[in-house]
Amino acid sequence: MTSRFSKGGKLIDRTKRLSFRFNGKNLFAYGGDTLASALLANNQVLIGRSFKYHRPRGIVSSGIEEPNALVSLGSGGNFEPNRSATTIELFDGVEATSQNHLGSLEWDVGSVNNLISKIFPAGFYYKTFIYPRFAWKHIFEPTIRSAAGLGKAPKEEDSSSYDYFYAHLDVVIIGGGITGLVAAKNLAKSGLKILLVEQKHFLGGYALSEEFKINNSNSFEFIKKLENELSDFENIRVKKNFSIIGIHDHSYLIGSENMEQMERNSQSSIRQRLWRIRAKHVILATGAIERPLVFAGNDIPGVMLCSAALEFYKLYGVSPGDRVVVLTNNDSAYSSVIELFNAGISVPLVIDVREKSDGNLPLKAKKLGIRVEFSKAISKVIGKKKVKAVELCSVVGEGAVLETIICDSVLMSGGWTSTLNLWSHCGGKIKWDSKLNTLVPDESFPSINEFGRSFITVLGSADGKFWPSDLFANIEKKLNILYSELNLKKTKTIRYDIDKSIKGETSSIFCVPEAADENLKAKSFVDYQNDVKLTDLRIAAQEGFESVEHLKRYTTLGMATDQGKLSNINGIKILANLLGKEINEVGTTTFRPPYTPISLGSIAGEARKELFKPIRRTPIHNWHQENGAIFEPVADWQRPYAYIRNNETLEEAIHREVKNTRNALGMLDASTLGKIIVSGSDAGEFLDLIYTNMMSSLKPGRCRYGLMCNENGFLFDDGVVVRLDEKTFLCHTTTGGSDRVYSWMEEWHQTEWWDKKVFIQNVTEEYTQITIAGPKARLLLEKLGGLKVDNVNFKPLDFFEGKLGNFEARVFRISFSGELSFEIAVPSKDGIAFWMRCLELGRDLDLTPYGTEALHIMRAEKGFIMIGDETDGTVIPQDLNLEWAISKKKRDFIGKRAHERIFMQDINRKTLVGLSLQNSTKKIPDGAYALKSGGKGAKDVLGHITSSYFSPTLDKPIAMALLKNGKALKGQIVDIPIESGNILKATVVEPQFYDIEGKRQNV
Amino acid sequence: MLKFICPYCQVEADETELTPGGEAHLKRMGPGSSDQEFYNYLFERKNPRGIHFERWLHSYGCGKWFHVVRCTKTMEVFGTYSAQETNPPKKILDIVKQRISFGKKIK
Repeated sequence: MTSRFSKGGKLIDRTKRLSFRFNGKNLFAYGGDTLASALLANNQVLIGRSFKYHRPRGIVSSGIEEPNALVSLGSGGNFEPNRSATTIELFDGVEATSQNHLGSLEWDVGSVNNLISKIFPAGFYYKTFIYPRFAWKHIFEPTIRSAAGLGKAPKEEDSSSYDYFYAHLDVVIIGGGITGLVAAKNLAKSGLKILLVEQKHFLGGYALSEEFKINNSNSFEFIKKLENELSDFENIRVKKNFSIIGIHDHSYLIGSENMEQMERNSQSSIRQRLWRIRAKHVILATGAIERPLVFAGNDIPGVMLCSAALEFYKLYGVSPGDRVVVLTNNDSAYSSVIELFNAGISVPLVIDVREKSDGNLPLKAKKLGIRVEFSKAISKVIGKKKVKAVELCSVVGEGAVLETIICDSVLMSGGWTSTLNLWSHCGGKIKWDSKLNTLVPDESFPSINEFGRSFITVLGSADGKFWPSDLFANIEKKLNILYSELNLKKTKTIRYDIDKSIKGETSSIFCVPEAADENLKAKSFVDYQNDVKLTDLRIAAQEGFESVEHLKRYTTLGMATDQGKLSNINGIKILANLLGKEINEVGTTTFRPPYTPISLGSIAGEARKELFKPIRRTPIHNWHQENGAIFEPVADWQRPYAYIRNNETLEEAIHREVKNTRNALGMLDASTLGKIIVSGSDAGEFLDLIYTNMMSSLKPGRCRYGLMCNENGFLFDDGVVVRLDEKTFLCHTTTGGSDRVYSWMEEWHQTEWWDKKVFIQNVTEEYTQITIAGPKARLLLEKLGGLKVDNVNFKPLDFFEGKLGNFEARVFRISFSGELSFEIAVPSKDGIAFWMRCLELGRDLDLTPYGTEALHIMRAEKGFIMIGDETDGTVIPQDLNLEWAISKKKRDFIGKRAHERIFMQDINRKTLVGLSLQNSTKKIPDGAYALKSGGKGAKDVLGHITSSYFSPTLDKPIAMALLKNGKALKGQIVDIPIESGNILKATVVEPQFYDIEGKRQNV
Repeated sequence: MLKFICPYCQVEADETELTPGGEAHLKRMGPGSSDQEFYNYLFERKNPRGIHFERWLHSYGCGKWFHVVRCTKTMEVFGTYSAQETNPPKKILDIVKQRISFGKKIK
């Protein structure tokens, strides 16, 4: 059984007792424990179930590479699935539950999959569920969907907060192991701004567990001293619980700081912080990860990496078992063996697949009296939910059993893989070093920065320097390169005195026994989390999936939350063996960010709810709110859709607003309309190029409706242009178009017509603009005073600037409702006062504010187009019968050349028409298709409905549509299919429904 | 994330501060151009794996358009210059020549 020793454990504080729960059981731990060490200390070996076969699984590793021990953490708003127990620093009250089982963890109904595993071979999705056809939809798909994924998705809103942090640094050192700390010490006096980050909750890495002599002290003491020394330097910041998850172009790093512990202790209101870092240089001291070996039963709970067992013992005082058998292909396992043996754990046998080793460590183990068998392997592990014994066999051969050894834990070591994911994120290449049996950075093809220089320096075991005596082999040379990249003077590298030891070579054998029979292979797991077995890889290779990228996707090797940190290399080696190729020929899969999973919450940061996107409000917003307005978002603005009074329905309110405006007086907050000032001696000439109309001929004091097209000829914005004076134009745009049109004008001015003397200014928010519309509009203006507002002195499309009552105002006689109408702009600071003044003076004129829906209905009754309704980025002004607004005199304007293209003159282009419904009070659904009368299917589609309303003025539904060759359809009936097979019959009419002559607005 | 130095305000701007504007040095075709010329102007764009001349807008900054020469494969940046240059300046083309290092070993 796994248990806690009465003494020892460098990271735990035995005076601090913590309580936590696993699957409802109350358990105890110590401060400094991880969830994994705490579970082992409580003899909880079975932690979860595997993905496909629901096989019992236990803890394999002690870090982020953990494939098995995934748990769900917390509940409600704190719930988080798929957290690896090995990376959770325990706090009081942690509530963890196991995942992926039907029924209890111990008795999982889903484990029936294990018995019928033959129907889940590699690529089973594509093979097993083909026949019978009907079963896919009704049986297979629902079953697979419910089985997919390990943990459950959270159901409640995340109750934690997250934020962002930005940092600009000289050097980021990734990895707080001995290499990272030594690198920091070397750079400390340079004055460089340095951030050193460590993903775990402690510094020192594996050198805390696998201790060695350095500068006459042991590595543990050395690290503690180094940690203290570094804290004296103001230019160095050290962060724990901090992972760099991606390195991007131009040395941009994304870091994730886990502050869960502090949040729980109320020392922080933030749970995770996302760091966005620009660094001049990066040092990768990311270390290495031990590889598992591939043999039958290598996934049974109790089988663990040697390094993990050593860490659990040295850091947390936890034993991996009482009787431990070790299987290795290298010398490093022996340091775990010796430590565990000296701690009093029984080690009946060390099985070494190599023929021999002359290393110091195996010799030392033998001297201690530990039985070591060379050229041997494990045929299979016996046990279901727990290791019970192992069967010894020869490395060569099929796995005939030589001896059965009773044990409760198997430790394995298949060599080490340098952690180079981050080296590759930005394009750096990696290669396989068959001598070291690991990946190494290919320094001929590094990740490069904007200057074309390599910006990542790899040090220590990440560089394949696994042994203490090699650890700093290249450090001087590499740091000197870094100094020259950063234009710094070379500094003497600090020398370290480390005992040299002799070590045996790592064997390339990792899959045992070499000629294992099918039964053994079918229980030899390569990828634990996705249940990929040796047999799956063989099938994939046989079926021709020879590229690693294909193999990965076909078998799902390395595709789980651990992204194959343990399994990738073994998978590639197996594929290389199967294909008879070298590993470098087979290649590796591409490493992509994120290196470790982070929560979506931290990516969202503070951009949630009201902070998700800023909202624009007009100066009259509060009044709208207090007076029953229902708001609708228009671009980033909030505009009143309608004002509800008393017990009105929304429709009643809209109809009241329309009728009141048509019969008496309405008032609209039109402040959101874009307002752009174009001034300068060439302003008229410039606007002639921007608009389809002639603007240079506009007289000062007059207004003109204008259209803007893009170079494709498509209409993209419209609005009234006012010539304020000889050199100054005010261009109104749509609400959504103000920023776009402003940028558009700037772009053309800066990049094409920079010789034109103009200055462009977006003044949208400088003015509050109010529309006064209706037969009584003139009366209100007279009451305001200051402007001769009769039809002779102030004609349609006239403009006035001056005092209106006590207000500095600009008055435009323009109408979008078809009524006598004035738009009045006052400085924003006066906006609310002017609105209130109008309300006050308008009381006995029956003045009523109206919203955007009434506005839309009135413009549709008049047949005025709305950008975004009648246009969709493929419509030219000619389609909308707006030829009158396109100048024929101008030599050039944006879109003119495009209008000459043959496609634009096609008679079958969709053109704007009106639709009139017979005997119907219901409006046509927006966007519905219109078909030939009696037509069926796509070939008979004529077009679609662009605007559709119930007109309270005419007391009938009205609609506009874009129909193929619409002009020729006038008077004809078209079909409009609606829900449940019903068809509306509509007559094609002119797209004007009310006051076609314009008598009402010109009075 | 890319970063460029804006040639107008000299700010070293992150990609999030900028808006891309596609290929640089296009010659506008207006009325009078042939159908093919106009088609090429509207739709034909270079998309090289290598050195590329691009337009960028310092949208969340000084608001100016400028030109960038960069390598789309290695993300190296060779220089930025005014949007009112109709051809890339010789100084920047010289830097490009000096640094032709793509696909070759970088010392």
